[in-house]
Amino acid sequence: MSPDQPQLIADDIHKTFGDLEVLKGVSVNARKGDVISMIGSSGSGKSTFLRCINLLEIPTSGEIQVHGEQIQFKTNRLGERVPANNKQVEKMRSRLSMVFQSFNLWSHMTVLENIVEAPVQVLGRSRREAKEYAEDLLNKVGLYERRDYYPTHMSGGQQQRAAIARALAMDPDVMLFDEPTSALDPELVGEVLKVMRGLAEEGRTMIVVTHEMAFARDVSSEVVFLHQGKIEERGAPSKVFDNPDSERMKQFLAPKY
Amino acid sequence: MFESLTELLNQNDIFTVATLLQYWDGLVTTVQLVFLSLVVGLVIAIPLAILQSLNNPFISKPIWLYVYVFRGTPLLIQLYIIYYGITYIDGIQESFWWHIFKDPFYPALIAFALNTAAYTTEIIRGSIAQTSRGEIEAAKAYGMSWWQMTRRIVLPSAFRRALPAYSNEVIFMLHASAIASVVTIVDLTGAAQNIYSRFYAPFEAFTFVALIYLCLTFLLVFIFRKLEARLLAHLRPRTH
Repeated sequence: MSPDQPQLIADDIHKTFGDLEVLKGVSVNARKGDVISMIGSSGSGKSTFLRCINLLEIPTSGEIQVHGEQIQFKTNRLGERVPANNKQVEKMRSRLSMVFQSFNLWSHMTVLENIVEAPVQVLGRSRREAKEYAEDLLNKVGLYERRDYYPTHMSGGQQQRAAIARALAMDPDVMLFDEPTSALDPELVGEVLKVMRGLAEEGRTMIVVTHEMAFARDVSSEVVFLHQGKIEERGAPSKVFDNPDSERMKQFLAPKY
Repeated sequence: MFESLTELLNQNDIFTVATLLQYWDGLVTTVQLVFLSLVVGLVIAIPLAILQSLNNPFISKPIWLYVYVFRGTPLLIQLYIIYYGITYIDGIQESFWWHIFKDPFYPALIAFALNTAAYTTEIIRGSIAQTSRGEIEAAKAYGMSWWQMTRRIVLPSAFRRALPAYSNEVIFMLHASAIASVVTIVDLTGAAQNIYSRFYAPFEAFTFVALIYLCLTFLLVFIFRKLEARLLAHLRPRTH
């Protein structure tokens, strides 16, 4: 596979909930090392798009390719589009780690157990190997001392850093961040963004749905601005932020008060 | 201590070594009956609760009916129906099974196990339904199959949440087992009834057995408190 082969292609994704068309044909192409920030106001469809990529929502139409492998769909008895092969979906998901807005750590497990769980169960790694790797990752996100804590006994920022360590433990091709700092108190946002900046600098491939404009501007290789389910503006951060073509993007950036 | 006990035993006609042994046999029967019922009940309840949470009407309706019937009728009536009903099964009295079922212990075990299984199904189903949506999504997003997710995420967290309600069910089962005596099983209550009718001393006979039930309950409460301290640590505020 050539180095330029995209890690992830999401092509012309549409998503309809009932009568409401949330996504009207959104495409994203992530090459190794890309950091793609998805921005836009609430309801623009950016989180739905991210959830379509790993099939937490099934796109109404559109294709997804991970590492050159296309996800197969079929139509079920009710006429709904569903994945044709659950094994393929599970394998694909294990290569795309997701970091959620509300962390979603498994509450009955300690931080260390949370990080070890999927590599052992899904990737079939040995528990010892997974534990050593988890401890390295906890060091990296600054939580080694908290490894035996339960999630509820930590602050939001710590939980989110633990969730990032859990995502890294899968050695993912692409990391998906779904508004990772939106549920955090303002003073805790920085510690999470710092970890994410570090990951971007390491060359991790990331798709980040975010409201943090400074982060999007500094870290992204591409910024995608969504408005009402369509891509309104996309390009390098300097272009999108400093010289946007779209009126909507100009309005979005304009000071609100 | 030992002397005073002997002295106490000498002072009365009711609590002799012979009657205490009857109580002991009753205690053994009660503990066996309750323990086996709970184990069988749990083995039935866990798969039923999982099936129930699949939201497939063809599966969940029959389970719902079973739970409804066993929760909607008195345990005593269930015991009667099973105890007498078994004798009506064609040919059972000539079969090998009759060796087992002519002993009232087994019909009682079936009735108790089915009853506690119904309640336990409902307890576990409820706590499965309470599993955080986000934690389930995380399990999916990390590539877990349905079975991995059920086994590693949903059930461990549901069992923990179910523990306080289940401990009530266990204590309820212990006390409900007293009705086993109506189908001639000499459990704790059966022993107390025998002693009462022999000495015509209802107050002493039943007060003593009440104390034994209290001790058993105390033991159960203690065990569950220890279990909860271990398994529910993640739900308590951290103290350090």
